[in-house]
Amino acid sequence: MNVRHAKTALLGALAVCLLASLFASRINGYWLNNFYDIGIGMVMAVSLNLINGYTGQFSLGHAGFMAVGAYTAAMITNQFGELNFLAANGVFALALAAGGLAAAGAGLLVGIPTLRLRGDYLAIVTLGFGEIIRVILQNMNAVGGARGLSVMHGWTNLFWTFGLAAVTVYVVASLVNSTYGRGFIAVHDDEVAAEAIGINTTKYKVTAFVVGAFFAGVAGGLYAHSKQFLAPGGFGFLQSITFVVMVILGGMGNTIGVLLAAVLLTLLPEGLRLLADIEHLPGIAADRPLGWIGGTRMIIYSLLLIVLMLTRPQGLFAKQFKIKN
Amino acid sequence: MTEFLQQLINGLAFGSILALIALGYTMVYGILRFINFAHGDVFMLGAFAGFYLAPKIATVVPLPSIGGGLVVLVAAMAICAALGVLIERFAYRPLRSRPKLTVLITAIGVSLFLEYAGQFVFGAAPKKFPQILPVYPIAHLGGLSLNSNQVVVLGVTLLLLLGLRFIVLKTKMGTAMRAVSFNPEAAALMGVNTDVIISFTFALGSALAAAAGILWAVNYPAIDPLMGILPGLKAFVAAVLGGIGNLPGAALGGVIIGVTETLVSGYISSTYRDAIAFAVLILILLIKPSGLLGKKEAEKV
Amino acid sequence: MKIWHGQFLAAAAAALWLAGCKPSSTPGAGGGDTIKVGEFASLTGSEATFGQSSHRGTLLAIDELNAAGGVLGKKIQLLTEDNQSQAGQSATVVRKLISSDGVVAMLGEVASSRSLEAAPICQQNKIPMISPSSTNPKVTQVGDYIFRVCFLDSFQGGKVLANFARNTLKANSVTVLKDVKSDYSVGLAKFFMEGYTGQGGKIVTEQNYSGGDKDFSAQLTAIKADHPDAILVPGYYTEVGLIALQARQLGLTLPLFGGDGWESSVLVSIGGAALEGDYFSTHFSPDDSSPEAQQFVKHYQAKYGETPDSMAALGYDSALILVDAIKRAGVADSAKIRDAIAATKNFHGITGTITIDENRNASKPAVIVTIKNGQIKYVETIAP
Repeated sequence: MNVRHAKTALLGALAVCLLASLFASRINGYWLNNFYDIGIGMVMAVSLNLINGYTGQFSLGHAGFMAVGAYTAAMITNQFGELNFLAANGVFALALAAGGLAAAGAGLLVGIPTLRLRGDYLAIVTLGFGEIIRVILQNMNAVGGARGLSVMHGWTNLFWTFGLAAVTVYVVASLVNSTYGRGFIAVHDDEVAAEAIGINTTKYKVTAFVVGAFFAGVAGGLYAHSKQFLAPGGFGFLQSITFVVMVILGGMGNTIGVLLAAVLLTLLPEGLRLLADIEHLPGIAADRPLGWIGGTRMIIYSLLLIVLMLTRPQGLFAKQFKIKN
Repeated sequence: MTEFLQQLINGLAFGSILALIALGYTMVYGILRFINFAHGDVFMLGAFAGFYLAPKIATVVPLPSIGGGLVVLVAAMAICAALGVLIERFAYRPLRSRPKLTVLITAIGVSLFLEYAGQFVFGAAPKKFPQILPVYPIAHLGGLSLNSNQVVVLGVTLLLLLGLRFIVLKTKMGTAMRAVSFNPEAAALMGVNTDVIISFTFALGSALAAAAGILWAVNYPAIDPLMGILPGLKAFVAAVLGGIGNLPGAALGGVIIGVTETLVSGYISSTYRDAIAFAVLILILLIKPSGLLGKKEAEKV
Repeated sequence: MKIWHGQFLAAAAAALWLAGCKPSSTPGAGGGDTIKVGEFASLTGSEATFGQSSHRGTLLAIDELNAAGGVLGKKIQLLTEDNQSQAGQSATVVRKLISSDGVVAMLGEVASSRSLEAAPICQQNKIPMISPSSTNPKVTQVGDYIFRVCFLDSFQGGKVLANFARNTLKANSVTVLKDVKSDYSVGLAKFFMEGYTGQGGKIVTEQNYSGGDKDFSAQLTAIKADHPDAILVPGYYTEVGLIALQARQLGLTLPLFGGDGWESSVLVSIGGAALEGDYFSTHFSPDDSSPEAQQFVKHYQAKYGETPDSMAALGYDSALILVDAIKRAGVADSAKIRDAIAATKNFHGITGTITIDENRNASKPAVIVTIKNGQIKYVETIAP
């Protein structure tokens, strides 16, 4: 992969995002929010892909890292009142970075003890950690506990969201294409063999967790300043599963596939909502004939999940965009 | 002292139900090396089966009564056994050759489906579970309170455990189950129909979950479609604690988790009750991943 | 690897184009012959039972009003969106209702945390929002477009329940058993403790449980050993019934008392005889209520086959007050509707006579009821 190309691509993407955010006021508030969700989903999915897809460590607690980042970033920006453009963006960048670092710390905490575990066990332990983080936040009065935390500044915009998504993709792709990447893939393919030939699997596994957690924390910060309200219940098992599904849908270890899956899965509930809202269908007399979709959205989602696993477990986009050599 | 004894009894009753659910987890894992995420929801369906069957059964056998309660229990167990077999047949069997991750996600999908479909069909509001067993206060000495429901839980759990032990150790099916859990290929070569054995295992595990559901509903008569999530998770932790794949271990794990949670909740702080199970899980996986009664399995390369 | 950045840029460009093509919906009168009102509630998920209740009450009100001719000569179109009890979704659906569907006003939500999520958005877009039953004081502090039709936890806990415990129950010491997962429960407990200790009462200890728990024997056994005079359970009926059952089974004979979260027919069906002699504060009482309330109960039962709980009653009143405000505003304009809501005085709702005060909260009396012979019986009224 041509390094010069990658850097140009990144800068190009950032420029596009900057332009996009300048036109943001023309965009319907609801769709703008959806775009933010897509961008945040992309960061979460790509970062989880590093852990699950490339390194083969099954993590079910990614939303927990997001929570750590979200709350950290929010606590920092809440200390400031109204700021001018430059100061606001500066503080925001710092807050996001801090959130990422805090989440990375959590990633270290989770990564190290779980080194010896494989497959199913690892999954449950990461799930457990995610839940523990949620319970701690719920009981921490300093961050509002069950009552939640209001975030004063809604600083997330298209530039930050998609810009950071581009940066995440760049960093993960660069990592994967370096010697680290070889290490990740070795751990993924056969951990015992890798150890046998002298690869320090510990180092690679922990690196994957920490980097993945860092970006999840950044995504959390973006999320906090988009929704402007945080509740511990919003970072539970269901959220973690959503990101895992994105990684699987996209084809594990397939960055483009995962990006597309993030878009798809974020827009799916909204798509179903739009379907349910349709006032009239030709040939059907009743009002809102697809209204029943509203109450059954989660049922449809879970059935889709089962059908997907039964029919195309390698992901929807596996064939088209296989990047692995 | 009475407070401690009371907490102990509370914990034992709660833990026994967890043990029943844990047995199902551990059996399926022993045979298939796979965590059936949907198991907690089968537990919930057992309770709902009892809820809808009880009025019908009451027309034949008077409720509450010991006989009537037994009929409801057995009926719920039968229904969930059938359900377990169905789920295995259509959601898990096609994926038997696939990587573990795929089946895990499918199991999560089945779990979510059962929960949300349950909310849709049964309604989200909690329902009062009818009284199917007569209740007698047993002891009221010096501040200690014990009633027949708790004794029933302990008694039925014990009976089911013994029954399960009999099936696994003394019957042909049980021997076949153990063969498949040791080495599926070899068992198949010896003429064991692995598909049938796996279905049988699911049926057995689901029946136990249903029994747990009925016992739970008898003691905590408010049932709702999401009631299986937390007990399911805690029962899984219990199974791992005892050594996953190990039957007495699951039972032991259930009781330990139940008692620990109750004692910590009563004496230290009830704030972090939910997190206790997970903390125990992480501790055990760090210290002795094969569980209390499990053997360290050498990993074949 | 060459293709990936190309694809990414292409996707970004496509998104931009899509974005530019989505016009903002003009809020207001809607299709000309309907007035669009938005509602967001937790219709599925872990708190579906409350969201569904609230929605049913609201829907009943809107249906009845439409059957009587609507308002300002137009029918009211209620656009309901489900937030699945999940954080983050309320913001999305409220944005959709405002930007894409063009509603003139918003109804919602039951849970304070989800109201707090949506309120800033409604405030920013100058769409009046009425919460039927969020009791956290912070909700209406978000801005002057945010209202509520229920009483505050500071009133219910700090005054109603604290006074009741001290003066009527004559309790010198109280143990609190709260739902640590629910902001309503935590808030109500906090205000009660402040008010109660301010009157000289003693809080023995605070015990916790999580909404969804079924086994409280550990906490109750510990409480029993502490010997308080009464136990405050400021939680929801989904757990209170079981708490009462288990308390009596353990030999605890102390009175339990709580807030309007207890209000539901499910409470008595689950708790049964264990609830005898327990008390709770609420908005209306079956034997002390107006003909309007009796009518509401009858119609609700006819339409849904079950008796309404306090969430349903408040959902109903929130819709009534909103439509009344639209009528008084004379035009389906969000700013004028906001002013009309703020000016609501002595509105005869089914949950009491409601006046919206200067903090946009409902000033209304609370009622203490008790359970006697399986029925809910009136005890006393406490005015604000």
